Amino acid sequence: MAALGTRRRLAGFAHTLRDNGFRVGLAETRDALQVLTSPAALRPTLLKPALRALFCATHSDWERFDEIFDAFWQGRGMRQRQILSGIPSASHAPARKLAEAHVPQEALGLPDRIERKSDGDGETQAEGRGRREGASRVEKLATTDLRHVVDPEEIAATHALAARLARVMRARLVRRDQIRRRGRRLDLRRTIHRNVSHGGMPFDLAWRRRKIKPLRLVVLLDASGSMSLYTAFFVRFLHGVVDAFREAEAFVFHTRLAHVSPSLRDHDVTRAVERLSLMAQGIGGGTRIGESLATFNRWHARRVINSRTALMIVSDGYDTGEPEELGAEMRRLRRRCRKIIWLNPLIGWRDYSPQARGMQAALPYVDLFAPAHNLESLAALEPYLAKI
Amino acid sequence: MTLDREDISDKLAAVGYIADRDIATALWLMEFLKRPLLLEGEAGVGKTEVAKALAAVHSAELIRLQCYEGLDQNAALYEWNYQRQLLAIKTREGVGEDADAIEEHIFSEKYLLERPLLAAIRRVTPPVLLVDEVDRADEEFEAFLLELLSDFQVSIPELGTIKATSIPRVVLTSNGTRELSDALRRRCLYHYVDFPDVDREAKIILTRTPGIDTTLALQIARMVAAVRKEDLRKVPGVAETLDWAATLAGLEVHDLRQEPEAVHETMICLLKTHEDRARLTREVSARLLGKVA
Repeated sequence: MAALGTRRRLAGFAHTLRDNGFRVGLAETRDALQVLTSPAALRPTLLKPALRALFCATHSDWERFDEIFDAFWQGRGMRQRQILSGIPSASHAPARKLAEAHVPQEALGLPDRIERKSDGDGETQAEGRGRREGASRVEKLATTDLRHVVDPEEIAATHALAARLARVMRARLVRRDQIRRRGRRLDLRRTIHRNVSHGGMPFDLAWRRRKIKPLRLVVLLDASGSMSLYTAFFVRFLHGVVDAFREAEAFVFHTRLAHVSPSLRDHDVTRAVERLSLMAQGIGGGTRIGESLATFNRWHARRVINSRTALMIVSDGYDTGEPEELGAEMRRLRRRCRKIIWLNPLIGWRDYSPQARGMQAALPYVDLFAPAHNLESLAALEPYLAKI
Repeated sequence: MTLDREDISDKLAAVGYIADRDIATALWLMEFLKRPLLLEGEAGVGKTEVAKALAAVHSAELIRLQCYEGLDQNAALYEWNYQRQLLAIKTREGVGEDADAIEEHIFSEKYLLERPLLAAIRRVTPPVLLVDEVDRADEEFEAFLLELLSDFQVSIPELGTIKATSIPRVVLTSNGTRELSDALRRRCLYHYVDFPDVDREAKIILTRTPGIDTTLALQIARMVAAVRKEDLRKVPGVAETLDWAATLAGLEVHDLRQEPEAVHETMICLLKTHEDRARLTREVSARLLGKVA
């Protein structure tokens, strides 16, 4: 049996990991204890890689583990979450309060805390994920509350629009299916299987048909200061899209990129938007579109983009990074997905021409450059999406 | 009887896989906790090799299940041999046997086709089961796999439940084309396989390429590391490095600096798209050579 001290320290470590968005359950902690108490653990170099293999579940966990491990075990167990990956304590505190207000504070890593994790209701899960990938450096500490910006009618209208877009998709898929009927092939194996009951006489034929992949929509939303007038509106739109499409992913970027679909997958709009507003803390800082796209290309593109993906970027194109980088990343994106749609709210303004250097660099790779300053302009996208 | 980490490392080296400390630990832990290991990483970093080497270390059979979209239980687990069943029905009809007996007969093990997953749990000695590119399979299949990995038993309606005779060592690989479910991730140990560092890659070249000398291997490893830093569409993997090393050894190149021309021309081993090829011009390759030498 492990010494009480070891057990407590391990529980503390598991707790720190959980605080940092790792999914650590009872099973992992138990296994870790088993490793710690085995003779092999006497070798100090084994401990870190072993615990890493055990506690990490994704590449982003993997990247951050060393930092947390060193901070915890070498920093004599002090709570290190302030310094990790630049998550500022200011933005962290409200996030924690929101989800864990009902958890007694002294329950550090003790069973009731673990249970909360393992029963895995949507709320805590989405919240944890968001915190892990959505950490953003707060450029201006102003907490922009997206809730109060939008009036109820607008919300309803955006949602109706997203739902309509989804319906258009479905109609298009049905059409595809009919076309495919001509080219289908007989599935011999399955035909024989199905007709075993007729003594092998093939009455009932089985046809082979390709599985239909729905069009996937990936939205990258610019949440920088220059977009702040529109962000609230688009966050609602994002929620509608993620809610209605079976395959949709949403990202928010300002100076860095955050994957927000897990937080948006909540039918309760207010709750989802509330959570997202916490993540969009960078609002008001500059925009590094190129860098954000690079992050997207590097870590997310392979996973979220397939050959049937339309990528929608919502941004005004005011980039504080290098336009060359933006251009290069756009070129890379172009190769991956079927269509790139760039929605620019500024197009709706009179006398606008895409002069921003970033916008200039990105334009050659964009299939559709369209305005998005009001609901009508979004609705105008429908026929285009239907054709993809 | 469990091996300790250094043993694993040594044995891996003996079968030609140069492991770093992290992967050796992961393999040790896999043995210690009896959990599957999930390997992620870019294409070409040698994820599949890990499973092959593991099988060699334990002198176990390697059973490989290549995942693809639309992979179903019939292809992964078991299937009845319908053709044989039909034949059996026809021949026995002639003899005049009764229906129950025929049914009993055609749904026996004789007519069962083992697919990789069933095969893996029915071996007497535990094999290594490699579930390759699990991210390509559908979500439904992933759920099914998860069930199998936790219970190690399979139920076949006509035959009953088949329990594992031995628990296989399971290695899963993923290229990250789709997000895997959290349940599967949590079931597995996780290891992110990165491109090997220069020293390790040089060692890999030395073990895998007969008759190459140490300095050349080191030069090649440095050069490849430099090429990987360039902005390429398809970053060369370890397999490409080995191809290139074999080519250079075959051309009897002994020092990369002496033969920039040969280096540039043989770089087709590393660069697999026209665009990358165009990007790495003579000047660029000369510049990289200057850096590595």
